[in-house]
Amino acid sequence: MKRSWRSVTAMPSALQEALYQRVVTPEIEAMVARIPKPVGSFGYDAWGYHESAFKVGLGLAKWLYDHYFRVQAHGLEQVPAQGRVLIIANHSGQLPMDGVLIGCALATSPHGPRAARAMIERFFPTVPWLGNVLNGIGGVIGDPVNCARMLEADEAIIVFPEGVRGSGKPWKLRYQLQRFGNGFMHLALRHRTPIIPVGVVGCEETMPSLANIAPLARLLNVPYVPLAPPLPLPARVSLHFGAPMVFEGAVDDEAAVTTQVEEVKTAIRGLIEQGLAQRTSVY
Amino acid sequence: MATPRKPAARKPASDRKTVLVTGAAGSLAKRVITRLYGRYNVIAVDFRRQVETDADIPSYRVDMGKRGFEDIFRQHRIDAVLHIGRIFPHEHDRMRRYNANVLGAKKLLELCRKYGVGQVLIHSTYFVYGASPYNPALLDEDHPLKASEVTQDLVDSVELESLATIHLWKHPELNITILRPCNVLGPEVRNSMSILLSRPVAPVLLGFSPLMQFLHVDDMADALVVAFEQNKPGIYNVAPDDYVAYQEAVTQCGCRRLPVPSIPPAVPKLVSNLLNWNAFFPPYLINYFKYPVILDGGLFRRTFGWTPRRNLNDIFSYYRKQKLIGS
Repeated sequence: MKRSWRSVTAMPSALQEALYQRVVTPEIEAMVARIPKPVGSFGYDAWGYHESAFKVGLGLAKWLYDHYFRVQAHGLEQVPAQGRVLIIANHSGQLPMDGVLIGCALATSPHGPRAARAMIERFFPTVPWLGNVLNGIGGVIGDPVNCARMLEADEAIIVFPEGVRGSGKPWKLRYQLQRFGNGFMHLALRHRTPIIPVGVVGCEETMPSLANIAPLARLLNVPYVPLAPPLPLPARVSLHFGAPMVFEGAVDDEAAVTTQVEEVKTAIRGLIEQGLAQRTSVY
Repeated sequence: MATPRKPAARKPASDRKTVLVTGAAGSLAKRVITRLYGRYNVIAVDFRRQVETDADIPSYRVDMGKRGFEDIFRQHRIDAVLHIGRIFPHEHDRMRRYNANVLGAKKLLELCRKYGVGQVLIHSTYFVYGASPYNPALLDEDHPLKASEVTQDLVDSVELESLATIHLWKHPELNITILRPCNVLGPEVRNSMSILLSRPVAPVLLGFSPLMQFLHVDDMADALVVAFEQNKPGIYNVAPDDYVAYQEAVTQCGCRRLPVPSIPPAVPKLVSNLLNWNAFFPPYLINYFKYPVILDGGLFRRTFGWTPRRNLNDIFSYYRKQKLIGS
């Protein structure tokens, strides 16, 4: 009885194994092995990153990166191979595909791979599976305490200072930067962290949204529900990494911080314009 | 009774400090008593039963809330109190627990002042921080205690802490140290998590596997002893810097996983209530199986030069072996 039960359960595990081999190729294994990332005895770190989840995530993302969005990354050599760094980018495309693609670019960078962390919305941990999966591949709830602790641990952190204002914006506002939060600048100043500005071009076209169905969003208790294609469209995406920006000194007043944030915003705007000018085909 | 083993550098009894240990019937207190024995005059106290101890350790079965408790302070000149004993949330009802844990501790602290006890150690729990989706990782000791927001069943843990904290600032002569350990596991440990991992089948919430920290009961006993001997009053988390997801821990302990629907939140509570899982998966701890409460134990490790000597695998292998013996 026990034996026959085992043979029934053995099938899916063989299938699982085959699928795993397809996703986590030896190439992915080798890439992850090169990443300097300290983890505990079971492969976890304090914020929920898990080595094997990261491998699977990277395997899937790499396929999307190469074959679906056909991503081109420019200026990856600007990202330091080790030490704390804040990766600041424009946010677009309803789903956080831009975060996934930047993370993939950094993890597979020939100039020193990084397992980047992304600050995620606070409601994600309440969603079954999604919360754990996002934590496993490096997502962390966007709490300043988390960000500060991770910078002290010399992590690379992706921040979208526009938040849902950027990702949820409709098609008519494409490539227009929304208001930036100042939080990242405070963290950069306090923890002496260089900022890498990134311009993401193409994610706007993955999920053009006509409008936000606000009543439905309220009902579902999510930030927005776009009137958009149900799945991301295969737009070509290009990532433009700028030169590191270093800000120093104590915080005198919030207005001064806002001015510094504007400098970063201007840099990102420049990178986006550069990307749009270089783009030859949208899809 | 055989004469107790005599360590080499044993002081005469009159020169030694006298230490009162509460919760003496428990696994942790027993280990602490073993470590103190011979170097200190130990007095064992438990409200559950009179503990069998070595011949020269006086042992009392006494309720801290009752008048008889003061007699122990009258009869012995107590130098330090290690308050380890607490009624767990799965033992007795909320009212009884509140009386024992909060009012009992209040009585204890008053007696410590009255009889000039020079040092008090309070054994608290990480539950006081509360499990919430908004918790950042690596909570430090300044983080607000939000457990009472999660459930009324943990109010006694939070109040015991605030009581101890008030005494810590108002009566520095008591030299109070509060320790907030993560999950303590190991042989004979009877807290919810240990009972859970001892079972062949352990409930898990579908789609949730929060990160957890575990400490071996022997390491926790060492932590209590160094905190007592070095006497640096304050509040400290006690946790290793290693982490594992709950469902992984369950598997590593040789348990089979029993998936329980997790949303809406009322469902797992209802299941726990109906199946009477109060001892190991109680309704009011559901959130701790959903969201992580990860402590930063760095302050304690640096202050006392302590590091846990047993790793996660050492801890889990005890539960694995226990099941192999049982089957």
